[in-house]
Amino acid sequence: MTATATNTKTMTMVAAINDALDLALGADSAVHIFGEDVGVMGGVFRATDGLQAKYGAERVFDTPLAEAAIVGMGIGMGLAGLKPIAEIQFAGFLYPALDQILSHVGRYRHRTRSRYHLPMVIRAPYGGGVHTPEQHADSPEAILAHTPGVKVVIPSTPADAKGLLLSAINDPDPVFFFEAIKLYRSVKAEVPLGDYRVPLGKARVVTQGDDVTVVCYGGMVEVAQKAAEAARTAGIGVEVIDLRTLVPMDTETVLASVAKTGRVVVVTEAPRTGGFHSEISATIAEEAIEYLRAPIVRVTGFDAPYPPFTAIEDVYRPNPVRVAKAIKQVMAY
Amino acid sequence: MTSPKSAPAQPEASDTAPGYQAAQAAYDAAQHDTHMVQIVAPDGRVVRPDLLPAPEMRLELYRQMRRARHFDERGWVLYRQGRLGVFPPFGGMEASQVGTAAALTKDDWLFPTYRDTGAALTLGLPIARTLAYWRTSPHGWHMPADLKVLPFYIPIATQYPQAVGAALAERRKGTRNVAMAFIGDGGSSEGDFHEALNFAGALNAPCVFILQNNGWAISVPTRTQTRATDLSRRAEGYGIPGVRVDGNDALATYHVTAQAVERARNGEGPTLIETVTYRVKPHTVADDPSRYRSEAELEGWDAKDPVLRLRTHLLAEGLMTEASEAELLAEVAAEFEAALQEADSYPDPTPAEILDHVFAEPTPQLKKQREQILAEEQQ
Repeated sequence: MTATATNTKTMTMVAAINDALDLALGADSAVHIFGEDVGVMGGVFRATDGLQAKYGAERVFDTPLAEAAIVGMGIGMGLAGLKPIAEIQFAGFLYPALDQILSHVGRYRHRTRSRYHLPMVIRAPYGGGVHTPEQHADSPEAILAHTPGVKVVIPSTPADAKGLLLSAINDPDPVFFFEAIKLYRSVKAEVPLGDYRVPLGKARVVTQGDDVTVVCYGGMVEVAQKAAEAARTAGIGVEVIDLRTLVPMDTETVLASVAKTGRVVVVTEAPRTGGFHSEISATIAEEAIEYLRAPIVRVTGFDAPYPPFTAIEDVYRPNPVRVAKAIKQVMAY
Repeated sequence: MTSPKSAPAQPEASDTAPGYQAAQAAYDAAQHDTHMVQIVAPDGRVVRPDLLPAPEMRLELYRQMRRARHFDERGWVLYRQGRLGVFPPFGGMEASQVGTAAALTKDDWLFPTYRDTGAALTLGLPIARTLAYWRTSPHGWHMPADLKVLPFYIPIATQYPQAVGAALAERRKGTRNVAMAFIGDGGSSEGDFHEALNFAGALNAPCVFILQNNGWAISVPTRTQTRATDLSRRAEGYGIPGVRVDGNDALATYHVTAQAVERARNGEGPTLIETVTYRVKPHTVADDPSRYRSEAELEGWDAKDPVLRLRTHLLAEGLMTEASEAELLAEVAAEFEAALQEADSYPDPTPAEILDHVFAEPTPQLKKQREQILAEEQQ
C-alpha cells in the first residue's frame, strides 16, 4: 500500500480518479461508464476525460438526462453481469434517483438470497467551498449511509481517491463514491502508478496527537488539518482521523484514538440534524464514554439549505476557525 | 382550435362517472377500436385467422392460463385459511400475463410487478417458490439459477429502467436475449416509466415493455389516472413502436409479443405493448372494492373471461375435447398440490437470517448485530 518515489506521479485528485477509471476499463471489459456528459465531453469536471476516445462509445457513453433511469439502468446492467460505473453530475442531483437507490440498489443481494448481486459504483461530486450555484454543494452522504446494503466512500487525497475507487470498482457490492469538488484540483500529491488499492473500511490517521481526536472525511480533512496545525502552535496535540469510508466505518481506529485523547470533535459539512457526524458521536458515546473527558462537539453545516451566496457561504461550511474553536472548547471543559 | 378564453376540453364526466362505469366504457370502446389487435373475439369467433398461432402453442397457452388461474383461485382459499399472506390476485388477467411471458425463453429476463404471478409462473418460476414468496418466507426469495426472473417488484415502475439495463447488458455481451418488464396503467404515470421508454429508445435496448391496462390503480380508474385514452400511443413520444392489444385474448397477446421479442432479438429495439384488460378482482385479498365499485356490476365480465374465450375457441376448433380438458385440469391441480406440499416443507427462518445476504462479506457492524441477535436468542 505504501508507494516508493520511483513509481509515483504527482496528480490532482481528478487526475487520480481518471487514472483509476482508465485502469479499471483496461483491466476488465465488463466495466462500463455512463452518465450525463461523461462521453464526448469527459465530464463537467473532466473525470472521464479521454476515456471514450480510448475505450469506445459502448464502454463510455452519454445517457439522456434522467438520474433515476441512469441509476435504474445501471442496476439492470449490474444484475446482468456488467460492472457499471454511473456518474451523477452533482450529489445534489441524486435526489430524482432516490427511489431507485433506497428501494433497490442495496437490496438485490438480500432479496434474491445472493442469486444476484450488484457490483455497481455511483460517483458523485459533492460539497461546498467553490461557489457553485444552488443545489450543487449538497452533502447527502448520510442518506446513503442510512440505506442498508450500500457502501459509502469519500476520499480526501489524490492517492486515496485512486486507491479507494479501484477498491470500490472491484467490490462485489454497490458503492457510493463521493468526491469533494473543493479537492478536485486544489491539491496535488504523489499517487502510486498502476493497480493501487486502498481497502474499504480502514480509516487514515492524518496527524498524531494526544489531546483531541478530530473525526472527519472528504472535504473537511484539510479544514481539520489546518485547525490541528493552529492548535499545535498553542501546544494542543490533535489527532485527525480521516474515516475514508462511512460504510463500513472503521470504529476500531476511532475508538483507539478516543481512548488515548478522551476528547472528540466531529466535523462534516452536511446539515446538522441526523447527519453522519451524529452516528460517529453516538458510536463513541456507546463504546467509549468512560474515556471521555468532555462532551463530544459536532462542527457541521446548519439545518438550512446550503447557501449559494459567495459572500457568506463560509458561514455555513465549517472552516478551520470553527474547528479550532471546538478544539479549544473540549480542552477547556 | 379553441380560443384562449374557452375552457379546455374535459374528458366526459370525468368527475361524476362512477369509476367502474368509466373503466368498463373504456374497455368496451377499446373492443371496437380497429387499432387494437384481436384474433379471437369475446364470443369465441376468430376475427383474424391469418394471425392464429400454431395449434400446439394455443394449447400451451391454455395450459399456462389454467395453471395461473388455479394458483389465483387456490391462493384465495389458502389466504382465508391463513396459509398464504396478503397477495394481489390477477384472475381475469391471465391472457395479459401468460400470452406475453410465453413469448420469452429461459435466457430472457422478466421483471414482474407484484400482480404478475401469472407471467412468472409461465416463464417457469416454481409454484412452491411463488407460494413461499406470498407466505413471506425467504425461500420465496431464492431465485432459481436457470431463470432470470426478478422477485416481484413492490415499488411502482422502478423495474422499467432496470429492464433497460439488463437488455443493454445482453446486447453488450453479444447475445440475442431480451428483457421484458411489466407495469400497470397506474404505473405508467410514474416518471420511471417515461424515463425508461426514452432510454430504451435512445440506446436501442432490446426491451419489451408490457403495460397492462386493467382499468384500476387500487381505487382510481384509468380515466382519473390520465386524460390519455390509448396508452400505447405514449410510445410515439419516445420514437418506439406502440401496440394496443386485446389483453383478454391470449392468442393476440402472444402474437404481438412474439413479434416484439423477435424485433428486439434482431436489434430493432424496444416496443411498448398495451394489453387492454380488466382487474376483475380486488387490488389485494385484503382490499375492499365495494368502497369504489359494486360487485354486481362485475357480472358482465364473465363473458369477457380470457380463459373461457380460449376454451371456446379450442373446443370449436376441435383442438381440445371436454375429456382432454378434464385431464389437463387434473394435472394442473395435482402439480399445485405437490408444490404446496413442498412449500409447506420449507423451514421457518432463524432470527439471525435477517442479517444474511446484505453484503458479500458482513461489515464489522453487521457482525456485531448478529452477535446481539444470537445473544438475545440464548436468553
